[in-house]
Amino acid sequence: MSLEATLATNRFGLGATPGQIARVAANPKDWLLAQLSTPAAAKLNGTGLRSSAETYRAYAQYTQSQRDNRRAMQSPRPDQMNAPQDQRQLFALANMGAQVMGSEIEARLTHAITTDTPFLERWVQFWSNRLTMAGKNLQTVFYAGAYEREAIRPNVLGNFSSLLKASALHAGMLVYLDQVRSFGPNSLAATRQRQQQRNFGLNENLAREILELHTLGPDGGYSQSDVTEFTRALTGWTIQLPRLTRLAQSDAELGSVIFVDALHEPGTRTIMGTSFPQTGAGQALAILDWLAKQPQTARNVAKAVATHFVADNPPASLVSRLEENFRTTGGDLKALAQTLINSPEAWTPAAAKFKSPNDFLLSTLRASGTRTVSMPALRSTFEQLGQAPFRAPSPKGWPDTAEHWAAPDAILKRVDWSNLAAEVITQNTSPMAFAQTALGPALSPQTRTAITRAGDARQGIVLVLMSPEFQRR
Amino acid sequence: MTNRRHFLTAGLSGLTLSMVGGTASFAQTGVSPGKFVFVILRGAMDGLSAIVPYGDPAYRGLRGPIALDGPGTANGVLPLTQGFGLHPSLRGLHQLWQDQQMSFMHAAASAYRDRSHFDGQDVLESGANRVYGAPTGWLNRAISLLPNGPSKEGIGIGRTVPLVLKGSAKAGSWAPAIAEQSDVDTLNRLMDLYAGDTILGPALAMAIETDKTAAGTTMMASGNQSGRGNALYTPLAQAAARILTAPNGPAACAISFDGWDTHANQGAAQGQLANRFAQLDAAIMALKTGLGPTWAQTTIVIATEFGRTARVNGTNGTDHGTGGAAFILGGAVKGQKMIGDWPGLSRLYQDRDVIPANDIRTLFATGIRTAWGLEEAAIRAQVFSI
Repeated sequence: MSLEATLATNRFGLGATPGQIARVAANPKDWLLAQLSTPAAAKLNGTGLRSSAETYRAYAQYTQSQRDNRRAMQSPRPDQMNAPQDQRQLFALANMGAQVMGSEIEARLTHAITTDTPFLERWVQFWSNRLTMAGKNLQTVFYAGAYEREAIRPNVLGNFSSLLKASALHAGMLVYLDQVRSFGPNSLAATRQRQQQRNFGLNENLAREILELHTLGPDGGYSQSDVTEFTRALTGWTIQLPRLTRLAQSDAELGSVIFVDALHEPGTRTIMGTSFPQTGAGQALAILDWLAKQPQTARNVAKAVATHFVADNPPASLVSRLEENFRTTGGDLKALAQTLINSPEAWTPAAAKFKSPNDFLLSTLRASGTRTVSMPALRSTFEQLGQAPFRAPSPKGWPDTAEHWAAPDAILKRVDWSNLAAEVITQNTSPMAFAQTALGPALSPQTRTAITRAGDARQGIVLVLMSPEFQRR
Repeated sequence: MTNRRHFLTAGLSGLTLSMVGGTASFAQTGVSPGKFVFVILRGAMDGLSAIVPYGDPAYRGLRGPIALDGPGTANGVLPLTQGFGLHPSLRGLHQLWQDQQMSFMHAAASAYRDRSHFDGQDVLESGANRVYGAPTGWLNRAISLLPNGPSKEGIGIGRTVPLVLKGSAKAGSWAPAIAEQSDVDTLNRLMDLYAGDTILGPALAMAIETDKTAAGTTMMASGNQSGRGNALYTPLAQAAARILTAPNGPAACAISFDGWDTHANQGAAQGQLANRFAQLDAAIMALKTGLGPTWAQTTIVIATEFGRTARVNGTNGTDHGTGGAAFILGGAVKGQKMIGDWPGLSRLYQDRDVIPANDIRTLFATGIRTAWGLEEAAIRAQVFSI
């Protein structure tokens, strides 16, 4: 059996399931490429999962109060939307957020350990992390799962500009990066508000992160004035709220993303010397399209893809090829994935990527043939090992290199958890069979020897899980 | 903050490598490379208890119940140079001082200025200017400068090759058998499996050591002295001597002694820390005995990741600090010197620690030169880029 089968299941995928290495062995590359022809498989429609608009309405139900309604009639500011009123309400809200998040995590993990298109799922997780929208407070926890399902999954095999626009203008992102608090200082609404002496201004969080993290990169050549200009262009994009319906002149359902012309900063915008005429909603879209096509964006995407899939310091030849492909196809993500699969640098026999906690746990569950996830135990395991789903620590997302994941304490925690997991795994399989399932031909002679010398089956499983080759992909 | 730190380090660490050449003395060891032993006291050894500046007017006030008396009194320090004395438990080291085979550096620090054990040990061992600044250790880089031969290698005494010995030059490790225990056994097997794994090996080793340091702290706080980690120093030193003196034995060795994180009840002339010092002293004497005639060609440097707070804390211990103490000793050393400057205790680094006046890497460089007679230019360029 060729090592390429293991590379296909473990490096490109999320870890081999029982028998999978043998099944893909005939043509590992074709197995990966075929997954790109099933874009629908990237989607996730679990029962009981709410759309972001439904999520908003559920949230709003909890937070509505007389006072809110009074304020709503006075102010169209979406950032003041329905702040919780008291401690009891806060608990109820937190509880509900935890439930929404719990369902999302359960659906995501179940999908990740059972999917037959694991490369596609890794591709989704990569993009979801690259364009992070995470639960960071009571409001955002409601959106993080919906964001990945609605903005990321349907777009990972399309054009990057579509993905970028879907991400930037998703309700979750608008809340996460404060776009709902950003208003054109010279917009119609601001002019009216000023007469009432209210502050009404820009919040550049979203614009800055799109430039820095999603497209051009920190050294992408933009200045503060470009950030401000982009921020101005983004004004108007917000979420439909009860108190906005009149101002927006929109009957879009509550919680959905809308463009409110009265909040938009009028005028032509100039980004890095390029002019974008006043087209209302279209202005920010045009800028996003333009950013998606910039060579710096191609370079950053290529570097991130290569770093995620191949090595912490990926070969320059691979980065260049991906970059070239991204540029010439205008950001065709399916073509980008194909280029990655067809790159010889991605098939080096030695596993260079140290698994993140997410990789480690998913591959362990997949190798053990687990089909259902046990919540909330598994959720807290992810937390304890340092990577709670949908809870990336910053808009930068989870780190993607070994130095961040291989801290001494983190390794000891993996050993501790492996000890627990081993007791369950030994009920169904022997250490050597488990090693063959998980690693196939990648099982090293040293680990094989260690397994045969193990004091008992449990220890044998721990040695497999913690072996250098299983800790990498 | 950055500026102030910069000022303190740049302004007060007056030493450069070339200046060390002027202040320290080297035994002339001839052409054949001797043995170099690096002893790492993990957990941050309290420098003000090891080398006591009893003559400093601020000393007693800062130290309170853990202050030691001057020489000549019942439990007093053992006299070194004017105003400085060794902890009374370090009797063997004091004999070496009297034999002119030991010198010390006070207010010593690596380039590290924060207070994490992990990071501090990383910088101490890499010899770099910042945390994770180099993937290899300075001792390994020094070994690679040696002429080719069977002894051109290093040995780590412990479960894994420590960072200080990591790099392109050959380096191995030796670990004593430890008590059978299910979890410990699994961890040991994993450590075996991680031999040569540059990520998992050091990480797990460090985690295990930290575990032990933590256990040691608890042990100290409770006054119980019969825990693991205790009394392990001497067997490790004896093993090191056996390995170094074997035919074609390695030229370099690194030993880690842990359990120095004395946050509570560290004691003075007697007590937890005094016991640690006695164990260290016994281990060094065991190394000397074990090395036999090889002692004459041996240079030992004893260092720790950083010092501890100048003031005693509320639990009669000391917390993570900056400037610490280090030793250079051995048959190859022409000693009885205080290396570097003493910044005094009237002014403290960030109002809490001994000012890091002396770059500990200069002491390492001195050690390498003493043991192996390497060119200073080569050490500067290829071992420490300072």
